Amino acid sequence: MTDLLTRPPSRRTPRQASDPGDRLNRRGSLEPREPGRPRRSLVLALVLACATLMTLDHVNDGAALDGPRRLVGEIYGPAESAVENVVEPVVAVPDWLRSHHAMAADIDRLQAENDQLRSELATSDFDRNRLQEYDDLTATADAIGQALVPARVVAIGPAQSFSRTVTIDAGSRAGLAPDQTVVNGQGLVGRVLRVTSTTATVLLVVDADSTVGGRVGQSMQVGFLHGRGDLGQDARLDLELVDQTYVPAQGETVVTWGSQDGAPYVAGVPVGTVTSVYSSLRETTQRAVIEPFVDFAALDLVGVVVPSGTESDRGIIEVDGSVQ
Amino acid sequence: MSAPLLTLPRALAALLAVSIALVLQASLFSHLAVGGVVPDLVLLVVVGIALAYGSEVGMVLGFGAGLLLDLAPPADHVAGRWALALMVVGYVAGRLATSGRPRLSQWLPVAAASAFVGTSIFALSGLLLQDPAVGVGELLRVEAVTMVYDLALALVVVPLTLALFAKVEPDRVLAPR
Repeated sequence: MTDLLTRPPSRRTPRQASDPGDRLNRRGSLEPREPGRPRRSLVLALVLACATLMTLDHVNDGAALDGPRRLVGEIYGPAESAVENVVEPVVAVPDWLRSHHAMAADIDRLQAENDQLRSELATSDFDRNRLQEYDDLTATADAIGQALVPARVVAIGPAQSFSRTVTIDAGSRAGLAPDQTVVNGQGLVGRVLRVTSTTATVLLVVDADSTVGGRVGQSMQVGFLHGRGDLGQDARLDLELVDQTYVPAQGETVVTWGSQDGAPYVAGVPVGTVTSVYSSLRETTQRAVIEPFVDFAALDLVGVVVPSGTESDRGIIEVDGSVQ
Repeated sequence: MSAPLLTLPRALAALLAVSIALVLQASLFSHLAVGGVVPDLVLLVVVGIALAYGSEVGMVLGFGAGLLLDLAPPADHVAGRWALALMVVGYVAGRLATSGRPRLSQWLPVAAASAFVGTSIFALSGLLLQDPAVGVGELLRVEAVTMVYDLALALVVVPLTLALFAKVEPDRVLAPR
């Protein structure tokens, strides 16, 4: 670099050396100008031009140069955008590849997330209902004053068997025994027919063979509840009252009458409400139709009434709502 | 001076080279920016011109190229800054030029020095004019990146420019003036 800077005059090319123009300055004097050095006037003019430009652009917010700027922009702007149009797809390729991979990963992740959320959403109602059922069962234990073993309906007997039974997932290990009352948050469900070590078969009160002692709440009149064998929304029980002169009012509540030692039914479990009353002249009895509180088609969580303090493989809902 | 400063082919070739450099610098290299810094292609073309024709032509064409760079669309700085910077670049590169076709070891230091001088003048003029008002630290960082990038691109741009002018004016090129 330094030797470039201190380049001796002898390194001039012969053609230049013979060029008389190099030796003459602009006044025509013979005073030789150092080769490679531009004329002072040119330097001065250019520097002044630069200064003028800067000044012009500095004052009045560059209004004086708006015209030239616009002119140059009109020429170079389209050229730049044309090049940009050509270049953009090319430079976008690595970006596209990168983002393509990233997007594929994103899609996988989002799909997994979506599936999870979907399944959560699908079961959220179920979970909420279950929680509600446990809540109701606790309230029932409190209402009927009995300890309950919670159990879940795992199977419903087929309609062609003409016997309305369900299987629950609690058996003798849970402290269950035959002829125990089965309730849920709404009311009476049925009674335990037989137990295995882990399951129990429950006869629903709507079964045609089921007979439950019932008591009409307001008048304490007693009678017998017979199932009709229907499970769905139109499941009904027939109430035959012992006192044939008593006509129960519509909307009266029927609860269980209760048996000795609470087997098979404990007393005071709500069963349903009176919807209509028939008088049968031939049989000389009053027959009331009871709409049960329990939706038998949608049975899930039930509670089996057990003596307080029963040994169980699961928590027992005590009367005060505590679980032991 | 007997030899004309600017012949028409020379001016047209210079305009062409500067225009291409300017458009590429604005459009193509904005995608290849390193930390926001794009290589000064126009500056390198001016270096090539000055290497080919000497400081006087370098100054004039540097001024013109700088003026274009000052006015062309993305620019919003005070006009005349690049004009001044590239004028000085033309002068410096022309003064440092050797006679005959320069070898790489000769012109690469010239290009480096020119790039340093040019970007420095542009940056310093910005500092003086407070346009735009940036800190010295940021300025030095940009300057360092610019130097490296410019040197890398000089390996391509300067030979191309020299080749272009050798084609336009085979008999006059590469004579330092």
